[in-house]
Amino acid sequence: MSDILSPGLETMTRAIPPVRPEYERPLEPLAETKGEELLPIYQRLWQYAWLRKSLILICLALLWEIAAKLQGNELLLPSFTASMKALVEDISNGIIPSRAVSSLEVLIKGYAAGVVLAFVLTSLAVSTQVGRDLLSTLTSMLNPLPPIALLPLALLWFGLGQGSLVFVLIHSVLWPLALNMYTGFTGVPETLRMAGRNYGLRGLRYVLLILVPAALPSIIAGLKIGWAFAWRTLIAAELVFGASSGKGGLGWYIFQNRNELYTDRVFAGLIMVILFGLLVENVLFRQLEQRTVTKWGMTR
Amino acid sequence: MDGMSAPVRENAVPPSRPLLSVEGVTLEYKAPGRVVRATQNVSFDVWEADRFILLGASGCGKSTLLKAVGGFIAPREGRILLDGRPVHGPGPDRVVVFQEFDQLPPWKTVRENVAFPVRASGRLSRKEAAERAEHYIEKVGLSRFAEAYPNTLSGGMKQRVAIARALAMEPRVLLMDEPFAALDALTRRKMQEELLALWEEVRFTLLFVTHSIEEALVVGNRIALLSPHPGRMRAEINSHEWDLKSGGSPQFQAAASRIHRLLFEEAGAADGASHE
Repeated sequence: MSDILSPGLETMTRAIPPVRPEYERPLEPLAETKGEELLPIYQRLWQYAWLRKSLILICLALLWEIAAKLQGNELLLPSFTASMKALVEDISNGIIPSRAVSSLEVLIKGYAAGVVLAFVLTSLAVSTQVGRDLLSTLTSMLNPLPPIALLPLALLWFGLGQGSLVFVLIHSVLWPLALNMYTGFTGVPETLRMAGRNYGLRGLRYVLLILVPAALPSIIAGLKIGWAFAWRTLIAAELVFGASSGKGGLGWYIFQNRNELYTDRVFAGLIMVILFGLLVENVLFRQLEQRTVTKWGMTR
Repeated sequence: MDGMSAPVRENAVPPSRPLLSVEGVTLEYKAPGRVVRATQNVSFDVWEADRFILLGASGCGKSTLLKAVGGFIAPREGRILLDGRPVHGPGPDRVVVFQEFDQLPPWKTVRENVAFPVRASGRLSRKEAAERAEHYIEKVGLSRFAEAYPNTLSGGMKQRVAIARALAMEPRVLLMDEPFAALDALTRRKMQEELLALWEEVRFTLLFVTHSIEEALVVGNRIALLSPHPGRMRAEINSHEWDLKSGGSPQFQAAASRIHRLLFEEAGAADGASHE
């Protein structure tokens, strides 16, 4: 060590890059680009997410089938094939579609009202201090409150029927969506806000033309969460009191068939609920995202 | 070259008063728990077709000053006059090009980004706005990318879109807040060239904020020097004789070191005095 530190040796071991001749030359012509090499077929197929996911679904269905066969009690656990048969049967005779439509009708009413209210509340919150305080107080109070817990009260106020369902749906959509929207609005970059005001935009036009599109990733996230909450709440609420309203939805269909011990139909109803959730999540919202925020490079 | 040989526009008569007057402006902003003074008693005049530079180290309030001219901040004292009328709030007659790339709405293509503000400020029909957008997109050389979304563009291209957008609104004064500071050195040089070429052609009035002495000398025809904490006027000097070609000349170097002295020596001397 001390040898290396001594001055004589240090100069000897210190590396010096050699001075090399310079050159200038014309640019090489562009090389021919080769066509993209194709991956082997199984690797290409594996890149499709839907294919991988369907494979998982098939495995689950197989497991279900085996478990049902081993268990051997149709009343407790009907087989996958029996449940699918019941599903196809009740779809073709129109029972499930009519129940689904009745569920959807209530859902859309509640969801739309919740979205409008959330928009009004957040617009207030971004423009005034009082609105901000109102929103944060209300959301922190009411967001943790399960919508179903409000159902008894709703029944008391609005009676049996759509009114009380819509009420709990609004409750389930409003708070998570308002929270997300507000986070989205506050996250809009300052420069973009100034650019918008520079255009001479003010008030509602400023909110609609600048803040809403700029906050769209958060708004869509909020819409998705709100949708999932609303769908769950609706099915649960129908299970509770669908009995007394004239025509029930999917929740009521499940409840009714359980009472009559048509367990395969119960499973058919559950599958329908799941399918519908998947459809909205993976088709509707996915499309919405791809046509907006993904195309604009706001999310990956 | 400068001003005299400009293509004749609606005002062939030489202007009798400055286009933009900043008179004794003191700006303050609220930081948590205290009020910070950004500038103190700053005055300057910008004339039609000026390329007026605000130059200073960080903390001299030059960006705040530009935002005040943009109408985003109201002065604590003093006033800002555009065409003799006081400035109230942001408006399309004073368009800002910011340093940050996120000034472009990502949900609009290049074409929409340039056309939208023209439409939104409600002065032109859809068709006229589209034509004007086309014109300025071509001017900044982005015709091929008119349908692209900003997220697919490079930093320099985004700034070109912002410049085209600002020019398309045909503002009374174009405000630029360190527009090239986030670009790499090669692109910055190219953008300065293009900006000057555009000025030769369009003869807009420019108020340009920078912290680079070279950029100030090259881009501007008059430079206001601001000293920091809070921003106060140090000097106003002429720089119309310099352009991109005068980069390395001894005179240019002399001008640069004069500015350097004006900006920093005073502060250094004061520090030295306090140590003695």
